Amino acid sequence: MDEINTSPAIQKLRFYQKGTFTVGNRLVSEANRSVQASIDRSNALTCGHRACQGCGEALGARYALDTALRASGGNLIAVNATGCLEVFTTPYPETSWQIPWLHSLFGNAAAVATGVAAAMRAKRRPEVRVVAQGGDGGTTDIGFGCLSGMFERNDDVLYICYDNEGYMNTGVQRSSATPPAARTATTPTMGPEPGNAFGTGKSLPKIAVAHGIPYVATATVADLHDLERKVVKAMGIHGARYLHLHVPCPLGWGSASYDTIRLARLAVECGLFPVFEADHGVVTGSRKIRRQVPVDDYLKPQKRFAHLFTSDEGKQHLGRLQALADCNIAEYHLLDREGDT
Amino acid sequence: MEHPFGISLDVGSSLANLTGSWRTTRPVYVDRLPPCNNACPAGENIQNWLYHAESGDYESAWRTLTADNPLPAVMGRVCYSPCESACNRAQIDEAVGINSVERFLGDVAIRNGWRFISPLTDSGKRVLVVGAGPSGLSAAYHLRRMGHAVEIHEAGPFAGGMMRFGIPKYRLPRDVLDAEISRIIDIGVVLKLNTKVDRIVDSMQVGHFNAAFLAVGAHIGKRTFIPAGSAAKILDAVALLRSMEGEDKPLLGRRVVVYGGGNTALDAARTAKRLGATEAIIVYRRTRERMPAHDSEVEEALQEGIMMKWLSTIKRMDEGVLTVEKMRLDETGFPQPTGEFETLETDSLVLALGQDVDLSLLDNVPGLEIKDGVVQVASNMMTGFAGIFAGGDMVPSERTVTVAVGHGKKAARHIDAWLRDAVYAPAAKHELASIDKLNDWYYADAPKTVRPMLEAVRRQNTFEEVQGGLDETNALYEARRCLSCGNCFECDNCYGVCPDNAVIKLGPGQRFRFNYDYCKGCSVCAQECPCGAIAMVPEEI
Repeated sequence: MDEINTSPAIQKLRFYQKGTFTVGNRLVSEANRSVQASIDRSNALTCGHRACQGCGEALGARYALDTALRASGGNLIAVNATGCLEVFTTPYPETSWQIPWLHSLFGNAAAVATGVAAAMRAKRRPEVRVVAQGGDGGTTDIGFGCLSGMFERNDDVLYICYDNEGYMNTGVQRSSATPPAARTATTPTMGPEPGNAFGTGKSLPKIAVAHGIPYVATATVADLHDLERKVVKAMGIHGARYLHLHVPCPLGWGSASYDTIRLARLAVECGLFPVFEADHGVVTGSRKIRRQVPVDDYLKPQKRFAHLFTSDEGKQHLGRLQALADCNIAEYHLLDREGDT
Repeated sequence: MEHPFGISLDVGSSLANLTGSWRTTRPVYVDRLPPCNNACPAGENIQNWLYHAESGDYESAWRTLTADNPLPAVMGRVCYSPCESACNRAQIDEAVGINSVERFLGDVAIRNGWRFISPLTDSGKRVLVVGAGPSGLSAAYHLRRMGHAVEIHEAGPFAGGMMRFGIPKYRLPRDVLDAEISRIIDIGVVLKLNTKVDRIVDSMQVGHFNAAFLAVGAHIGKRTFIPAGSAAKILDAVALLRSMEGEDKPLLGRRVVVYGGGNTALDAARTAKRLGATEAIIVYRRTRERMPAHDSEVEEALQEGIMMKWLSTIKRMDEGVLTVEKMRLDETGFPQPTGEFETLETDSLVLALGQDVDLSLLDNVPGLEIKDGVVQVASNMMTGFAGIFAGGDMVPSERTVTVAVGHGKKAARHIDAWLRDAVYAPAAKHELASIDKLNDWYYADAPKTVRPMLEAVRRQNTFEEVQGGLDETNALYEARRCLSCGNCFECDNCYGVCPDNAVIKLGPGQRFRFNYDYCKGCSVCAQECPCGAIAMVPEEI
């Protein structure tokens, strides 16, 4: 009586008094629960990996690939860019991957995935699906050219970017996905604009939308049901698809390991990370803010923003970050009731 | 190792890397004490019976409930629900309607004719219970379930005690009361009505009882000296409410004044109104805030048109006229006379000034301590005389049905231990699951179901039940509002949110286990557990 399901794999609970937002729910039939709630989930990324305590990327990768595996009936090949995800999962001679997994270079994951998809076509294996994945460095900076090519050719690849807002594995350097004011090894808190400069960087989800590809979506590790639904939807489409996952990084952000999911949630609730999706170049809807918070609530637990809370100038920068959040709220209608995805 | 072309690493080979060695704190599953359970005077495991009710398994819910309290349908009507006052959900939206779900379960059980399971063992011991009120019935039920032979000796013509002779029908229909009492009798409790115990020690010897539980209640209305003319009609509230159970209904007249500020005063005034009084006025010497009566009852009484006269004491009564003195509260909140008088027309005056206990059955019992008109008992509910226990209104306590039921259960456990020459040691209480232990993000917003209320107008002249019950859909809805504070409800959050895949799901009803070989101690599971069932403890290094 309280649930609306659009397909077995896509769980969407409404108005359940308890457990609407939890991973599972014992009161819902097994088939309608999330992939992660399943006792026999595939664990595409299994134990023993060397990610830091509370790693958002390790969590995001398991969430996304377990869902993609189920959606493809187990016929999945993953191509990985260089980055944290590659390094912590495959220190020779170990691997944590329980799927066919391929690593080549930092910048060519999209191109390699295009090649894998072409090979499968040549081998007449249409059931085998291809996922490419990388961090924000490998995606928004180094692999950007290959990715744009994959998009414009509409190659049959789902590209997943795990955005932790910097080059974390090499010592926390700035990337083009690093937010304004954030301290990194290359954007120290000095000068009139301490931390990463305002007005720099890019929004890759927006750029992907501008390519007019069949499907673009953003999601976070704080909203599993939304994430799984989007992966299932993406896997149901052929052609170029792009999924941008926000994954907090305790090491690079200077946050507590237990705050990973809370921070991902606060990023959405304050408006700094808009969760939306787009079909063929048109934004179709967004996840609405449930309990709005000021950006301070999201920024304060992160040491990379600590300088914003210790000086008067810092407070001005906080105001500028709040303005960015407000822009997102207006642009993606994050407080409107209509168009919730 | 030889690998096929293009394959360099074996699947899952990282399992050789035991990342559990990184850990400095370890997550452990705990059961914390839900605030509702902590607040329940009858010691019910509310969170647990709601857990069963949530899945629609009402019989399991009822059996869990009645393991502690044999009177759920009564409780769901007359309990002042301290559980709901303590409920953590009140700090999110509104408290869970525990009392209404309890009533729903009680009513479903009566409708379906569910019975208690009779004891399988026979201890060979005999226990005498004096008084068939809530405390006596509760003790008898628990003692019988423990395998003892139990006899209840009740002075009155019916069982129920204050539930029958004190609580009006519009709050507790008698068919409900009868159904729950007969279910207790059915498991082999012997009930002897019209059997007043005059000398407890004699009665125990005659009946070969090994122990006794006294629960005679407090049935004597307190009187105060009010100078009155010969034609003045003065009666006490206990007698009034008791007479409602007889053939001849009391004649009170059109204007009735009730003197007192407790629940009994309200019951008397509301009863007077239903008997046809056009005016029912409560006179109380202090203010509404200081009234001992429960607020919900005051509110319902006001809705029914009961009038209240605060800060007033009654000085004398003549035919049809009361003389009332106005009071004022001093700094300590105690009412002081002002010397200002006024008159109040009335046909009868009902005194509701509290009740005393008839302790005559304890005359000549050595070792007893009686203070302020009640029997003193130790923490095990035993009086100063070995083998004689007491509970309910006749011992120092808050005088409610729920407290009485709790006394009966507690006494039964101690009596059972005493009969075996043992000492009953209750399990240590878990840490309280206060709201700061929960992660309320995961609970959807859902306001409390409003219980249907009979129209206020209709209530004024009938003895129909005032508060309606929940039906199955809204009872299920209400039960599912429970946050399951401090106790795992298998939401799979820990299993899902672990970045290291170090939580093992054991299957329905089996909960989860940590895989400490790989758990890095990041504490995400503890942070994201909705109900606070995971604690982080430092590793010993």
